Amino acid sequence: MSEAPLLEFSGVQAQYGPVEALKDVHVHIFKGEIVSLIGSNGAGKTTLLSSIFGAPRASAGKILHKGEDISKLATNRISRRGIALVPEGRQIYQEMSVEENMMMGTTPIGMAHFEEDRTTMFDLFPRLKERRNQTAGTMSGGEQQMLAIARAMMARPELILFDEPSLGLAPLVVKRVFEVLREIASMGKTIFLVEQNANHALKLSQRAYVMVNGRIHLSGESAALLDNEDVRKAYLGLH
Amino acid sequence: METTRLLTLAKQALLTFTVSLILFAPISGLVLEGFSFRNELTRAVLLAAVVAAGRVALSLVGMTAIGRKIASKVAGNGNGVTVMTGTEKSPVVILVLIFLAGLALPFFADKYFLGIAILALIYCLLGLGLNIVVGLAGLLDLGFVAFYAVGAYLLALGAQYLGLGFWSALIIAPFLAGLCGMILAFPVLKMHGDYLAIVTLGFGEIIRLVLNNWLEFTGGPNGASVPPPTLFGLEFTRTAKQGGVPLHDYFGIPYSADYKFWFIYLVLFLVVCLVVYAVERLRMMPLGRMWEALREDEIACRSLGVNHVFTKLTAFMLGASTGGLAGVFFAVHQGFVNPTSFTFFESALILAIVVLGGLGSTVGVIAAALVLTILPELLRDFAEYRVLVFGVLMVVMMIWKPRGLVRIQRPAFFPSSEPRDDTAPLSASPEVAR
Repeated sequence: MSEAPLLEFSGVQAQYGPVEALKDVHVHIFKGEIVSLIGSNGAGKTTLLSSIFGAPRASAGKILHKGEDISKLATNRISRRGIALVPEGRQIYQEMSVEENMMMGTTPIGMAHFEEDRTTMFDLFPRLKERRNQTAGTMSGGEQQMLAIARAMMARPELILFDEPSLGLAPLVVKRVFEVLREIASMGKTIFLVEQNANHALKLSQRAYVMVNGRIHLSGESAALLDNEDVRKAYLGLH
Repeated sequence: METTRLLTLAKQALLTFTVSLILFAPISGLVLEGFSFRNELTRAVLLAAVVAAGRVALSLVGMTAIGRKIASKVAGNGNGVTVMTGTEKSPVVILVLIFLAGLALPFFADKYFLGIAILALIYCLLGLGLNIVVGLAGLLDLGFVAFYAVGAYLLALGAQYLGLGFWSALIIAPFLAGLCGMILAFPVLKMHGDYLAIVTLGFGEIIRLVLNNWLEFTGGPNGASVPPPTLFGLEFTRTAKQGGVPLHDYFGIPYSADYKFWFIYLVLFLVVCLVVYAVERLRMMPLGRMWEALREDEIACRSLGVNHVFTKLTAFMLGASTGGLAGVFFAVHQGFVNPTSFTFFESALILAIVVLGGLGSTVGVIAAALVLTILPELLRDFAEYRVLVFGVLMVVMMIWKPRGLVRIQRPAFFPSSEPRDDTAPLSASPEVAR
C-alpha cells in the first residue's frame, strides 16, 4: 500500500528503569485493518500498547500516527487524535454509574454526539441499557468489559486498542466479546488487539505479530500464523 | 424462648458491666490527693451500672419491631453508593425551608448560640472546600489549614498594610488562596496517597511557621488585629472609627453589639449556600465528573484524554479558595488572628468532618461540620470528657457507618429527550434530578 499507515512503530524502545521492555519494535497498522499482537506473559504486549499513550515513553524510535510522531505528545492530546484504549483489566470507574462511565468516554470530543452514540452503544450492548443507572462496580466481569468497550467507543475513535479483552472471562463471554469486536470492525474502525488468547485473536484478525521478550518475533497473515508450527506449539497448546 | 432471651440479656448486661468497670475503675475510681490517692470505687460501680442498664435498655428497644427497623437502617450499608433514578421528588421545599430558617436564626438565637452557629458555618465552609480535594478528587490533603490561614491573614495584614476591608478581602481571599493552592499543587501533581499527604502536611506547617516567625511582617505569635466589618460604609461600632457612620445612628435604632454578629452570620450563611450550590452544580459538570473519575482510576482517565494536570489543579485551587473564604470569616469574627489557630489539629478536624460526613457527600459534610462544632459546645459541662466523647463518637461511626453519615448518591443522568425505559417513566424534568 502506498498510503502511510494509520499507526506505525518504527524502531521503538522503552524501559522500566533498567529493564528493557521493548527492543527495536517495528509494527504498522493500516486503516480498516484488524491487527492482533500475541505473546506470552511479560513479552511486552501491554507495554507496547501503553507506550502509544506515553506510559512509558519511547526512549528511542518513533511512534507515528498518520505520519506524525506522537511519542512526545501529552497523553490527553493523543486520545484527541482518534485513538482509544480499552485498558487491561477494564479499569472502569467502579463507583460511577454506567451512564457516567460512558459520559467520561466523550472527554476528547465533547458532548455533542453523546445521545446519538449512547443509543448506538445501547443497541450494541442491551445489557448496559438495563443497567444504565447502576454503579459500574456492581456489574459482572463481562458486563464491565462491555462497558469499557462502550466507553472507548464514545470518543468516536478511528483506531481502538484492546488490551486483553478476554481476561478473566468465561468462555461464552469471551466468544461474545470477540463477536462484538467483529461488529465494531464492521463499523469501519481499525482495531489493534493484544491478546493471550491466540486462537480467538488469530481467527479474528487479518494480520498478526508475535512478540517474545520485547521483540517482534514473527509477523504475517493471521491464517498463516495459525498454521505455523512454532506458534501452534507455543501459544495454541496444540501438538 | 423467653428464657433464652432473658439469658442473653443477662449475659450482655454482665459483660457490659464488667468491661465498663475495668474502664472506669482507674479513671474515676481512684482520686489523687497530693502524693497519695483514695479509693472511690463506688463511683465506678455506679457508672458501670448505669452503662449496663443502658445496654439492657438498648437491647430491649432492639427487640421491638420499631427498634429492629431502626437498627437495620443504621447498620444497612449496602455497597455504599446508590444511583438515583431521576424520579425522586425534588427536595426544593425542604431546601427553601432550611434556607429561610437559616436566615431567620439570628433574630431568635442569643449571642452565645449565634457565635456557635458562625463557627459551625465556618467549619461547613472548610469541610466543603476540603471535600472537593479529598472527597471528590481523592487527593489526601493534610495541610488544608494553610489556606484557612492565608484567608485570615489576608484580612488582618491587608487591613494593616494596604487598608483592605472585609468586603475587598472577601473577594481577594479566594484568589490568593487559590494561587497558594496552585503553588502547592504543581510540585505534588505526580504524587499519590501517603506521599501527597506528607507533602501537604509539610506545606501546612510551613505556612504556620512563617506566620509565627516573621515577626516584622505578621506580628509573629502576638498575632494581628482585624478591623470590624462595614456595610456600605456603615460601621457596627458604637462610634465611627473608620471614617463612616455607625449603623445604629444611620437607621436611628438603639446600639447593640449583636448587630455585627448578625451581619457576619447572614453574609456567611449566604456564602455557604452559594458554595453548596456551586459544588453541587460542579459535580454534575464534566469537571466534577473528571475529579471523581480521577479519584477512581488515574490511568483510565489519562487514556480517555482527561487532562490530569488541569483536573488536579482545579480541584486544589477551588478547595483552597473555599478555605480562604472561611479564613476571612474566621478573622472578622474573632477580630484577631494568631498562628495558634492554624495548627495541624485544625487540619485533622476538617479531615474528620469530611471523612465522618462521607467522602464526596455535600449533605454529609455539612451535617458532620454542624455535629462536630455544636456537640463540643453542648458538652461544655463535661468539658474534661470532651475528647473522650469525641473519640467514642469516631469509633462508633467507623463501626456502624464506615462510609460516613450520608451515603453518596450518584446523580441520575439523562440529558436526552429520549424517553426513559417503560419500567421507570420519567416524571420529573432532568434539571431536578439531583
